[in-house]
Amino acid sequence: MKTLAPLTITNGRIVGPAGEPQAGALRCADGRVVAVGAAAAPQDGDRVIDAKGALIAPGLVDLGAFAIDKPAFHFGGITRAALMPDQGTVLDKPAAVRFAAQSGKPDLWVHPLAAATKGLEGRELAELALMRDAGAKAVATGRRWIADSGTMHRLLSYCAMLGLVVVTHSEDGGLAGNAVATAGEMATRLGLPSAPAEAEALAVARDIALAELTGARLHLRQVTTAAALDLVRSAKARGVAVTAGVTPAHFMLSDVSIGDFRTFTRLSPPLRSEADRQAVRSALADGTIDVIASGHDPRGPEDKRLPFADAEPGMAGAETLLPLTLGLVRDGVIDTARAFALLASNPAALLGVDAGRLEVGAQADIALVDPDRPWVVSSDKMAAAAGNTPFDRQGVQGRVTALFKGGAAIG
Amino acid sequence: MTSPDARPEPGTASRYPAGSAAFPHRDLTGLAGLAPWELLFLLDEAEQWVELNRQPHKRVDRLAGLTIINAFFENSTRTLLSFEIAGKRLGADVVNMHVAQSSVKKGETLIDTAMTLNAMHPDAIVIRHQSSGAVRLIADKVDCPVLNAGDGQNEHPTQGLLDALTIRTALRERGREDFGGLTVTICGDILHSRVARSNIHCLTTLGADVRVCAPPALMPAGIEAMKVTPMHDFDAALEGADVVMMLRLQQERMEGQFIPSPREYRHLYGLTPERLAKAQPDALVMHPGPMNRGVEIDSTVADLAGRSLITRQVEMGVAIRMACLEVLTRKARGLEGWA
Repeated sequence: MKTLAPLTITNGRIVGPAGEPQAGALRCADGRVVAVGAAAAPQDGDRVIDAKGALIAPGLVDLGAFAIDKPAFHFGGITRAALMPDQGTVLDKPAAVRFAAQSGKPDLWVHPLAAATKGLEGRELAELALMRDAGAKAVATGRRWIADSGTMHRLLSYCAMLGLVVVTHSEDGGLAGNAVATAGEMATRLGLPSAPAEAEALAVARDIALAELTGARLHLRQVTTAAALDLVRSAKARGVAVTAGVTPAHFMLSDVSIGDFRTFTRLSPPLRSEADRQAVRSALADGTIDVIASGHDPRGPEDKRLPFADAEPGMAGAETLLPLTLGLVRDGVIDTARAFALLASNPAALLGVDAGRLEVGAQADIALVDPDRPWVVSSDKMAAAAGNTPFDRQGVQGRVTALFKGGAAIG
Repeated sequence: MTSPDARPEPGTASRYPAGSAAFPHRDLTGLAGLAPWELLFLLDEAEQWVELNRQPHKRVDRLAGLTIINAFFENSTRTLLSFEIAGKRLGADVVNMHVAQSSVKKGETLIDTAMTLNAMHPDAIVIRHQSSGAVRLIADKVDCPVLNAGDGQNEHPTQGLLDALTIRTALRERGREDFGGLTVTICGDILHSRVARSNIHCLTTLGADVRVCAPPALMPAGIEAMKVTPMHDFDAALEGADVVMMLRLQQERMEGQFIPSPREYRHLYGLTPERLAKAQPDALVMHPGPMNRGVEIDSTVADLAGRSLITRQVEMGVAIRMACLEVLTRKARGLEGWA
């Protein structure tokens, strides 16, 4: 393999672990960061890139995507994606995990999440240790919760021993039933099957209790309601090893958006009330939420051009993940450093991968970001495999201008 | 959409604007959002068809040469028959299409079916589908007027209109006309009922006070936002009601157990003669059918002469559907003021 000359990015603003981005440069060699800030200067033979004042940020680590969709990930500045086990062939065997782990290299690293149970059916534990050793970075229950509390208890205690984070879907399946919307005025007006928002808090309460009991590390992939966020907040205060994630849909939209039966807003969990949306924003501000992920799930017309309740849930979220999160910065909800903690360093730490931070010795996964550049999301012009975005025709700000994986330029 | 200025002044000769401004919509997908005079316009238009339907010769050639497709993706006998008779009495060529349940839920079939129907150049399509919003989805893909004959749990607009027309004819017999101040109690499976939603939109828009009554499991959350009073106690909900509208338990839409047994349901929510006595002395009884006699309604109440409007609802149904078909095809027929 051809060795790359060292790379120095000058004249940028470096996103650090805290505080405002600092003007400076970054140098990497052999795929790793070798100098940051004042100490970094280009040397003879370096490839030198002038960032022209752009943010020098870590490549995004997307915790929980449903498809490997390289063009969309690269558009969105994502250099690593944790792949949900809900694939055509469920990631419940070491071979499937090993294959998935290799599927994006070299310019996208895929971190498979092992299916917690065989076939994701919620009954028998899958071969978690073998899958860990085949490259699974965490365990996930998939699109559904595990209904049987006994199975969940055994799963969490086993994963505590293996040192694997368990990524869960927080919806009580019995209460949620066949719901496609949150119970409330909008679902009632439209006549859509709906379930109370409390379905989430019920699942979160149980899973936190079991995590506390077993000492397992629990990551609630999407927490979208005030009641469930309160449970997470108090569990964290008690020292429970629980983290929470969300996708931009739930801090940008409420269930008013389903008003036209627009299936691009058919999501799982469903869009919530405006009060819950505000609670998500507060939880992003106060640190209750640790991860913002894309939930990237491109779905073509055969899954989406259907009546609302018959359509598949999910959105193509990889391209809008960064700009919508930077919107929180512009709105004063979080600062730039925390935005990239939510998008990169926190998910990397959860997965136990050496990424998400721009420190000497770290993997040179770097995104140059113009945080103010305006553009319009357009469903029919997306890089993703399908254009099912609930943000179609919306103006956003923030765009990746260059992306590097292990010091090598992408695209 | 109609501009607010188009609203006629109270007391003026016409209750609605002239020409197509009286009903400026290509489709009838629901009653939500329709203005009071748009609803009254359709009710008034139906009156002539009520008359016609009572004549020995019941056919006009108003829609001669036009093709109407009844595309029913969900089983129906009564509504389909009603639409078929309505179209035929107006002189249209009516074809019925029953779509097999199993083939619909897959992939693009619904849209493909819509495109296929559209390619046959129908002049109106009547659609029933088991999913809320499906009719609007099809309406966006075709070039002719679309009538919703019931979509999932969303709307059944011609049922809402025919119920309003039924109430109005009964009120007129009693020397009343106005829906204002009328108390209507709708009782039954509100959660799964598109009939309830269309009736709520129609009756509240026309000025009636609407109470909805159901056990908690069959009462949708946030229904009070639709300007109705939700109640669980049927006896209290009947107190002083002018109209009692009973709904069928839609067992086919229930996943899981919503009520312990039909017997227990009757105990709490069955309309018995004793219960009916709590309503106004001459209160009207309605049911969109098909009835479960002995469950939500007792036979003696269902057959109560002079009070039960159940068969009249069926009669008004044909007239309302004729009115909707006639109005929605005016543009295609080049009627003055509508083309």
